[in-house]
Amino acid sequence: MDQTSQFCTFYLDKLLFGVELKGVQEVIRSLDMTQVPLAPAVVSGLINLRGQIVTAVDLRKRLELEPRPAGTLAMNVVVRSEDGAVSLLVDEIGDVVEVEETTFEPPPETLRGTVRTMILGVHKLNDRLMHVLDIEKACQMIDVPETVGVGR
Amino acid sequence: MSDSDIVQDFLVESYENLDRLDRELVGLEKSPHDRDALASVFRTIHTIKGTCGFLGFNKLEKVAHVGENLLTRLRDGQLTLNPELTTALLGMVDAVRQMLKEIQSTGQDGEIDYPELRETLTRLQQVGASAAKQAGPEKLAAEVPSPTVGKEKAKSKDTVLSPATGLAKPAATEAPKAVKLEPAQPSCPAAEAVPGRSAEPVMAKQEDTLGVQPTPESRPREAVAETIRVGVNVLDKLMTLVGELVLARNQLLQISNTVEDTGLQAVSQRMNLIATELQGEVMKTRMQPIGNIWSQFPRTVRDVALGCGKEVGIEMEGKETELDKTIIEAIKDPLTHLVRNSVDHGIELPDDRVKAGKDRAGRLILRAFHEGGQVNIEITDDGAGLNGDRIRKKALERGVINAEQAARMTEHEIFNLIFLPGFSTAEKVTNVSGRGVGMDVVKTNVEKIGGTVDVQSTRGRGTTVRVKIPLTLAIIPALVVTCGGDRYAIPQVSLLELVRLEADEVGKGIELVHGAPVYRLRGRLLPLVYLSKELKLAVDEHAAAESDGAVNIVVLQADERQFGLVVDQINDTEEIVVKPLRKQLKMVKTFAGSSIMGDGKVALILDVLGLAQRASVIAETRDRALTEKAVEAAAREEKQTFLLFAGPGDSRMAIPLSTLARLEEFPVAQVEMSGSQWVTQYRGQILPLVRLNVVLEERRNKLRALQAPPAPDSGPIQVLVLNHDGRSFGLVVERILDIVEDRADVRSSATRAAVLYSVVIGERVTEMLDIPAILRSADVSASLSGVATRSAEVAN
Repeated sequence: MDQTSQFCTFYLDKLLFGVELKGVQEVIRSLDMTQVPLAPAVVSGLINLRGQIVTAVDLRKRLELEPRPAGTLAMNVVVRSEDGAVSLLVDEIGDVVEVEETTFEPPPETLRGTVRTMILGVHKLNDRLMHVLDIEKACQMIDVPETVGVGR
Repeated sequence: MSDSDIVQDFLVESYENLDRLDRELVGLEKSPHDRDALASVFRTIHTIKGTCGFLGFNKLEKVAHVGENLLTRLRDGQLTLNPELTTALLGMVDAVRQMLKEIQSTGQDGEIDYPELRETLTRLQQVGASAAKQAGPEKLAAEVPSPTVGKEKAKSKDTVLSPATGLAKPAATEAPKAVKLEPAQPSCPAAEAVPGRSAEPVMAKQEDTLGVQPTPESRPREAVAETIRVGVNVLDKLMTLVGELVLARNQLLQISNTVEDTGLQAVSQRMNLIATELQGEVMKTRMQPIGNIWSQFPRTVRDVALGCGKEVGIEMEGKETELDKTIIEAIKDPLTHLVRNSVDHGIELPDDRVKAGKDRAGRLILRAFHEGGQVNIEITDDGAGLNGDRIRKKALERGVINAEQAARMTEHEIFNLIFLPGFSTAEKVTNVSGRGVGMDVVKTNVEKIGGTVDVQSTRGRGTTVRVKIPLTLAIIPALVVTCGGDRYAIPQVSLLELVRLEADEVGKGIELVHGAPVYRLRGRLLPLVYLSKELKLAVDEHAAAESDGAVNIVVLQADERQFGLVVDQINDTEEIVVKPLRKQLKMVKTFAGSSIMGDGKVALILDVLGLAQRASVIAETRDRALTEKAVEAAAREEKQTFLLFAGPGDSRMAIPLSTLARLEEFPVAQVEMSGSQWVTQYRGQILPLVRLNVVLEERRNKLRALQAPPAPDSGPIQVLVLNHDGRSFGLVVERILDIVEDRADVRSSATRAAVLYSVVIGERVTEMLDIPAILRSADVSASLSGVATRSAEVAN
């Protein structure tokens, strides 16, 4: 049997994304969020996850997609990054899928920009493509332009 | 237990032993004949040697072995410890430490087997041997048996260690052997010390197998408190959990206050107490005596002093002063730097010292003590002191200050320039210091944990660097404010006072300096910073409407400068659990961390320094702040804060600010008479009002003055609310003048009753009031209850 791995999938602006299941801590519904003024725009705020303070990253903004329509609540996919738990805000949760390595392909050369650094590639599922997200890159804020100058 | 566990235990233990070795060797240099200390040093090396032989670290064993040989001679009195030997032995300790690090990272004891070091150690040993030969044949005879003693002891010592590494069985079987060996030992000439020493390993072993003492203690005779070793990660986890508990308690208290249920309230009260106590105890587990980091300083001082040809003795006071683990770690490097600096730059060369009429050996004194919820650490040397002129010159050269500033700055301000980046007045660059990095890093690191650094110096007499740091960073008291609908916590340490301007006062209270809002706080202009603007928050219309246009100003202190932070609402003070911000938000300098509030929502903790910098209250170069800081710091010494006010006849009077609870202003209509006593209703109590003009009145006029009701058409009265002996009373004064800080050391005796003494404050003569005397004279308690006040007054 070929090497298989499990992915937790979710939707962003009708695109299907996946992160490796072993990197996912939990999936929860929308929680009360505290905004962080002056923070990078992709940081939606801070949430209290049973006593642990977790940064919520708006994946739509991170992946330079259209902003989420007003009035829709995001779901939290809490992933474990090098720097502790981070919550990724997504539109909708999909299934857990099991894929074989053979269905993987790196992103096409025509995919450019910062998005390319975050997308490892795609798995060709039967009916559609699943974008494989690099959790570490998605959680990194270094290359993100800030909304305002950092006060010094 | 696996091999790697054994190695891990060996490493942990050996590091601790090596730290002790450093101390003991330096101690031994002073008293080379301390046999106990020598024996302990010997045992430590021996243990390491034995264990690494057992674990197969041959190179490490070789190094330890030559060290041990040398130590055997020292122990047996064939050699006397001298600086050369100490240096060689310390070199061996360093080598062992290096190899242990190697083992930790690679699992092997490295490529290097230190041939030079081993050669030196062997040579020193030979020197001793030949010296012993010359000393006499009977000493020579001792040479042969002593290594065997070493070996025999090696075995017994190995077994001492192994129980700690989980191999209890071999220890038990080996034990009789060690005992059996004893009869053989008297044949060795070093016998007189042997019985005591050989008894120790056995004792230690018994303790080990009983599991009382998990580490082989080198001096079992010392009383050891019962301790167990707990992993730091367990303590951290405990701390987190207690933090959670504190939060849950806060939530519970909030709920129980809204529910009328005595049962619930009783339980939550109990819970409150327990949680508070638990929090205190858990905090204690993280506390470590500062001696833990100081213990390496004798070695540091010795090395640096030797390196620059100086003689320095180190003294320590307050070693037991406890600090949070994280803070201990954070100040370790800055303190080490300061100590090295003192030896390298502060203390003069022995000959220069003699010329200056001082002892050849310099003194370095470390002091630590608690003061006002903070820990003070002082590093004092009796060296040459700072050269103000040279610092001034250097600062001018580097363009740190301009000529006009230089002329204006006091000596103390000049001294504090050494904390600026790239500033070193060392004439020659040594490998220790003088590279211009250091003092500014010290300052930055200390400030990072909310501390301050200050330097004082007297030319020719020495220098004192004072570091003030908070006790802990994990749970702090904070003021919670609301702005733009979100809550923010402000650490209490930066908080000075709160000012509320009602809507009708806002217009004249807040003025503009070319567009920059300021508020006159007791005559000084306080720059105002609007939190909502700084954080670019959306204006909360609802909150604005609710506050009726009133303005809340939180007066904050940042880097010795004050500013007023305007917020929508001031909520309450709370103990909050500080959680650091994740990497994603680290670059936002205005926040120091986050915390979970009583209702479970997250609040951000404002970084007052970062906020001030953002709002440009503090310039990026510290020049202005520094100037003001230095002035204040110099003045703050032995200064007290006084409330100045005008008494009857416009006389200048003062009380220490610490005795004052509040300042109030009452309209005359609120003043009522109780007998001849003026009273007013204040916070649900009857507040007796003592009129200063009556107290100070000449006796003949007293009665008349006493009975006078307040003139109905006069303006509101100014009242100082004071607490004395647990009771409150109001002191009616004419006018409140100011709050000043002054040394107040020019005094003369009092000229009238109710005055303690006259004193010069702010260059004018001021009378210091004697509050107990005033109370006696006014007899507040009697008058309140309506008892013959009048007669009492007359009798006075």
